[in-house]
Parts: sequence; structure tokens; C-alpha cells
Amino acid sequence: MSDTEIPDDLRYSEEDEWLRSEDDQCIVGVTDYAQQQLGDIVFVELPEVGSDVKKGQPFGVIESVKAVSDLYAPISGEVIEVNSALANQPELVNGDCYGDGWIVSIAPSNEAEIEQLLDAAAYARHIADRNA
Amino acid sequence: MTELKRTPLFALHQKLGARMVPFAGFEMPVQYRGVIDEHLAVRERAGLFDVSHMGQIHFAGAEACTALEWLVTCPIDSLKVGQVRYGLLCNTDGGCVDDVTVHRLSECEYFLCVNASNIEKDLAWITANAPRSANLTIDDRSAKTGLIALQGPAAQSILAPLASIDLASIKRFYFATGKIGGIEALLARTGYTGSPGYEIYVAADDAARLFELLLDAGQSAGIEPAGLGARDTLRLEAALPLYGHELDDTTSPLEAGLDRFVKLEQGQFLGADAIVHKRNAGLSRKLVGFELLERGIARAEYPITHQGKTVGVVTSGTHSPSLGKAIGLAYVPPALSPLGSEFEVWVRNRGLRAQVVATPFVSGTSAKTAANPSGKAVGKP
Repeated sequence: MSDTEIPDDLRYSEEDEWLRSEDDQCIVGVTDYAQQQLGDIVFVELPEVGSDVKKGQPFGVIESVKAVSDLYAPISGEVIEVNSALANQPELVNGDCYGDGWIVSIAPSNEAEIEQLLDAAAYARHIADRNA
Repeated sequence: MTELKRTPLFALHQKLGARMVPFAGFEMPVQYRGVIDEHLAVRERAGLFDVSHMGQIHFAGAEACTALEWLVTCPIDSLKVGQVRYGLLCNTDGGCVDDVTVHRLSECEYFLCVNASNIEKDLAWITANAPRSANLTIDDRSAKTGLIALQGPAAQSILAPLASIDLASIKRFYFATGKIGGIEALLARTGYTGSPGYEIYVAADDAARLFELLLDAGQSAGIEPAGLGARDTLRLEAALPLYGHELDDTTSPLEAGLDRFVKLEQGQFLGADAIVHKRNAGLSRKLVGFELLERGIARAEYPITHQGKTVGVVTSGTHSPSLGKAIGLAYVPPALSPLGSEFEVWVRNRGLRAQVVATPFVSGTSAKTAANPSGKAVGKP
């Protein structure tokens, strides 16, 4: 997947979520690779604001025309905001997965988990290994 | 794991950038540019599908008509040469072995187009149940045959300049033979999308050439190659059944609402006694179309409840690209089958309200005309 965008300034999970640290919160979305694999996204089930998520555990669901996939929390913490625009425009995830197609914002409960995530180069290798 | 088979168009699909998935023992394109783009291309312009995985079983000889009359639920003797009918193969319990289209090639020659997943099952079942006669030969031509579906409102105008056949003379659910771009073809005005179009049978070796020819010819009309993903959303909007979902060995065609393709009042066919028995005893479930009234998407096998009791199951469900809402087909008790009935579809531990709606879901994609173009009772010869 040479045409997959992997911005250098983000961190990544092995389950194809990205994370951007901003002050005391982390914005989370799915990667360009993930949205390409999923195809046309038609529904995103978001967690409740105020709920706790746990690293590696499902916190929501993303559905393409064909398939249902879990969203996995890249870190543990409290959901402080969800992208409510996705209710009416789930296709934002296809169109702008690193921008308007973000999914949730999490207040991390363990900062060390952020450092454990992959950087862009490691995530690129992860995708390549998986497709090898 | 057994090796996946490939259609004659495999290399072309790869060249076109298709994503390939296993389906019915074949490696098939699920999408090229995207399911929704491909779906809308078929509804608004034209889409081109490789359906060469489907099977073709030929019947020839003086006994062919009698044999098929016994094996298939639709009337055979009254088929005109050049006509197609939809029907079912039923087992002695009245369940569906497969759903098929029957094409009459000449007085004593027919072929069935059957589901890819059922080719071997059908052949075994046909062999076991057809009369053994010197006047009947049965020939599986699936591997020798390529099948390309050109579907959408622009299909006829794309095809016309290439065809040696007068397209206007082919009525719905009829076929003609001739040449398309110099390639020998059997051109049937049939399809599985609910949009107008053709299914084109050619020699396997000619299939890739025909596919490329049609893509080129349709370019200015906005044709798109379309995969199994769009094929599924299109057929679901048209409420056309998919074997393995709405139909299986334990489903009665009457439960699936396919009464008009079953010649219950005319003579004998395999499974007739069981079907009549079940009808007289009263059906325990009926296939309905529904829409979700709350956000979410219903998928196959999700349970259905009513007043706290599990009463049915979703057989197919998706997001309808044409309507922008969640639609599905489901088996429910007859009491919940009238239009406007409500029940809950269980999506990940939440019961979402659903309402029975008229099918086909998308107007103009009439399942009735798609499958029974004459609009007459198929049972009446």
C-alpha cells in the first residue's frame, strides 16, 4: 500500500488507530490504511462521553457497507468528547480520517501507554509485515 | 483448505485494481473503486459484473422437457424457445436445493443457470432425480462458460452498436444469440440488480475480451466495473433472494414469498407434496422487508424480538446506498408480516425498532418484473 498516508507526527496502534496528543487529551481516529481496507463507511457507533475505555479493548464499532469492525482503544482513559458529526456523516472517516473524520477524544489515565504506541515508521513496517 | 478457483477474468480484475475475496469457492472481485460508487453507477448509468463463477447445466434430448418439469418448480413445457423463467429446485421435504433460471434453447434443449456455491450439489441432486434415459443428456458447462452482466439504464445504448442482434426485439426474460463485437454470445435480458440490463453468456476464452470491450464501449456513458459488494446491495434493494440467506435446504419457497414461481396447481414436481402439505398446515414464518427506525445497520443472523420474545431472524441486511438507510430481509411469524408491523432487531445487545415495508425497497427495481416479466401467473401455460 504505497499510497497509504501515515503522518509523521502521530502515534499508532497495531489495530490501525492513530493518536494525537494535545495538552491533556488525546484525539483518536482510524488510519488511512484502515479506512481503505474498510471501504465505504456507513455507520460509526461511538462510546458515551464520560465512559472509561481500556487499552486494547473495543470501545466502538465502525461499519462499512460490507463489514462490521470493532474500534480498539489505543490507550486507557476517559472519553471526554466524541465526533458527533459522524452520526450523519460517517463518510468523513473515508474522506478525512486524520482530520474531520476523527472519532473520540480521550483523557489518558496512564501517560506511559502513549509512549508504548508505534511511531509512523514502525506502523508502516507493521502494515508491510501484515501484507507480506 | 481447498484451492480457490478463478474465473477467466482473474488477471483483468487485478489489472483493474479489484480487491479479491473468496466467494463460493472462487476468488472474486468484491469491489473496484468502492461499493457505493459501483452501486450508484448501476442505478444511474451502467455497471459491468463478472459472474462467470455461476454454473450452467445443459439438458438435451426428447426427455429434457419432462425431466425439467419434474425437477423445477416453474412450468417448463409452456416456455417458448428463447424464453427464460425463474424457478426452484426443491427436495422431497419442500426445501430449496437451489434457485435457478431456466433457458429454453430449442424444442429439446435447455440450460439452467445455477448458483456457484451449489453447482456440485445441484448436479448430484439432478443426477439422482432425473430419469435415466437414452433420450436425456445432462452436461455441466460451468467451466467452459463465461458470464458477464451489463446492468443499468445505459446498458442497451452501450451494447447496441456492438451487437449483431436487434436489442429492442428482446423482451424482458427472453434471450437471443448472435455476436457482440465479433464474439459469439447468448444475450439474455435478465439480471440480479433490479436495474434493466443483460446477462451475456460466452465461451470462457472470450470472456475477458468481452469485458474489456464493454468497458471501453461504455466509458462515455460512465460505466464502472462492479463487484460482489455492489451486486449484494443492488439485489437487496430489489428484494431478490440470495441462496444461503433467504433460501436454503430447509426453506419453503412459499415462506420466501415465491409462490408465483411454483406450479402448485399444475401436475407433479419434486417437492410438490411437501409444499402443499406445509401450505395447508399454515406457514410458520414469512419473509418480509424491513427498515430500521433507529440508527444502526441490521446484518444477517441478527435476532428479531417482539414483546420480549425471540420471533425471527434477519437473513440479509445492509445500508441501502440508494435510500441512505438501513434495510433488510427477515423471517418473522405471519402475524408480524403485514406492512407497518413493528419489531426489534438486536444489534450488539440493543433492540432497534424496525418496521415492515413494501418490497422492492427501491421503486423501479421490481422484483416481480425482474423475475416474472409477463406479469401473468407463471403457473398458467
